[in-house]
Amino acid sequence: MIISVASGKGGTGKTTIATSLAAVLGSKAQLLDCDVEEPNCHILMKPVLQTSESVTVPVPIVDMDKCTLCGKCGEVCRFSAIVVIGDQVLTFPEMCHGCGGCSLLCPERAIREGSRELGVRETGFAGPVDFVQGRLRIGEAMSPPLIRAVKEKIDPGKIAILDAPPGASCPVMNTVMGSDFIILVTEPTPFGLHDLMIAVDAISPLAIPFGIVLNRADVGDREVQRFCAQRGIPLLAEIPHDRRVAEGYAKGNLLVVSAPQYIRTFLELFEKIRKLIDSSGSGFKEAMS
Amino acid sequence: MKELVIISGKGGTGKTTLTACFALLARDRVLADCDVDAADLHILVHPKVLHEEDFRGGVKAAIDVEKCSRCGACRESCRYGAISEQFIVSPLSCEGCGVCFHVCPEGAVSLEEGLNGRWFVSETRVGPMVHAALLPGEENSGKLVALVRNQAKVLARKQGTPLILVDGAPGVGCPVISSITGADRVLIVTEPTLSGLHDMERALQLVRGFRIPVSVVTNKYDLNLEVTQRIEEFSGKAQATVLGRIPYDPQVIRSMVQRRCVVENGDSPAALAIRGIWERLETDLSS
Repeated sequence: MIISVASGKGGTGKTTIATSLAAVLGSKAQLLDCDVEEPNCHILMKPVLQTSESVTVPVPIVDMDKCTLCGKCGEVCRFSAIVVIGDQVLTFPEMCHGCGGCSLLCPERAIREGSRELGVRETGFAGPVDFVQGRLRIGEAMSPPLIRAVKEKIDPGKIAILDAPPGASCPVMNTVMGSDFIILVTEPTPFGLHDLMIAVDAISPLAIPFGIVLNRADVGDREVQRFCAQRGIPLLAEIPHDRRVAEGYAKGNLLVVSAPQYIRTFLELFEKIRKLIDSSGSGFKEAMS
Repeated sequence: MKELVIISGKGGTGKTTLTACFALLARDRVLADCDVDAADLHILVHPKVLHEEDFRGGVKAAIDVEKCSRCGACRESCRYGAISEQFIVSPLSCEGCGVCFHVCPEGAVSLEEGLNGRWFVSETRVGPMVHAALLPGEENSGKLVALVRNQAKVLARKQGTPLILVDGAPGVGCPVISSITGADRVLIVTEPTLSGLHDMERALQLVRGFRIPVSVVTNKYDLNLEVTQRIEEFSGKAQATVLGRIPYDPQVIRSMVQRRCVVENGDSPAALAIRGIWERLETDLSS
């Protein structure tokens, strides 16, 4: 079972929800931090990391002895990563998406592939919880291939919990694709609601069942509740603002450690999700279309 | 003309709130909202759209089933697993590289420009603004960010505006790199949590890599004074200017719920701190 935790707006509590859910599920859970630009699960879970491997994307290397400066590579590349200028072939590895087009289509077979590091993928254990994270190299723009590399580590025998990046563009879609359920975490403010609506629009075409967790539920207005009722989206949990939880988070403590009364809330949250997945099937697809 | 970009690393630390406050406090500025996949600045500044255009950032492959001989060449060469066994292209997986177009012996693949989003030039209660909305789930956010910044520059030049305020995206990836490249100054707003510290360290490293002068503000600093100090120590070591601290203040959310900026709701502790930070920033920018 794969559960993604996403949000639209940043800083609403994705990581807080993902880590506490993983912690209460214990050895049944695997936590995968797919927010590779700013991975924070490790701060709360304090895992012991056992493996670290570099994740790369192939980039072109031109053999000038074979190159006839025909310019085919530059014509083929849609990302302006290779171009023939005068008697030189210039490559811009940071622009390359690693599609392999230039090396495949070079008539002289003059292009082989080197690699550019996107970041690292690390695995280990946080107590009984299986832990995987990606960390994007600073200066690297392209996160989706690293996110996919993190997801390759999903253990089908576990309840995989994926902490998604904020927003609603391609890195989020790359994370949530293939999930059985998506939790959208938001806060009761105009920003929280606006970005939630964008996130709902982004994930709806995937026909994956989803529900909302409203964090710091009592600090703003009641528009998120109204939106959920209007759209028939399940409001799975409301977690009130609690200074102790915020202070605990600041120090790197899990929500269920700062406020153990929420252990039950998270177990119930998981049960609700399981029921929604069971009852979804094709019915959910129809209801959402 | 100076361009100031506000980023954070971690999301939800107050980028947009601060950008809107600065826009109110600055006398003459153009606003640019570069958090294109979850843009919120418009909620506080109430734009009236004067001009809008489609944004098309890339192509997607489409296979003509009539022409397709099911030879499988496209599937073999696609590195993104975007072509199904039935030879249907998944637009979510397609990178738009065009390799399938080149290898198809039947000429059955076409590359079609899709709509990725829209961008707008608006008049707001705090001056002109360029903003955009990436369609939900879309890609090419970096290109859209570059477009928004360019349009803001065109506007500022035309009107002789001395300052562009750019609201950036969270993270350190594609849209953030696109929003800081070539900027005059970056402001990182963070919060005193271990996550906030970790993420601002990464954001600061990124900005230093571009050799752009950078300042740091800690929002809700009183949540954890020890982490606030660590943020400021790290900033000092990384040659970032520590511009100030903003206290936790319930008036910030109350103002947001009213779709106003905290600096226009009296002299609450956060409002006073933000005014002080703006004065220092203005001095820095004019030097």
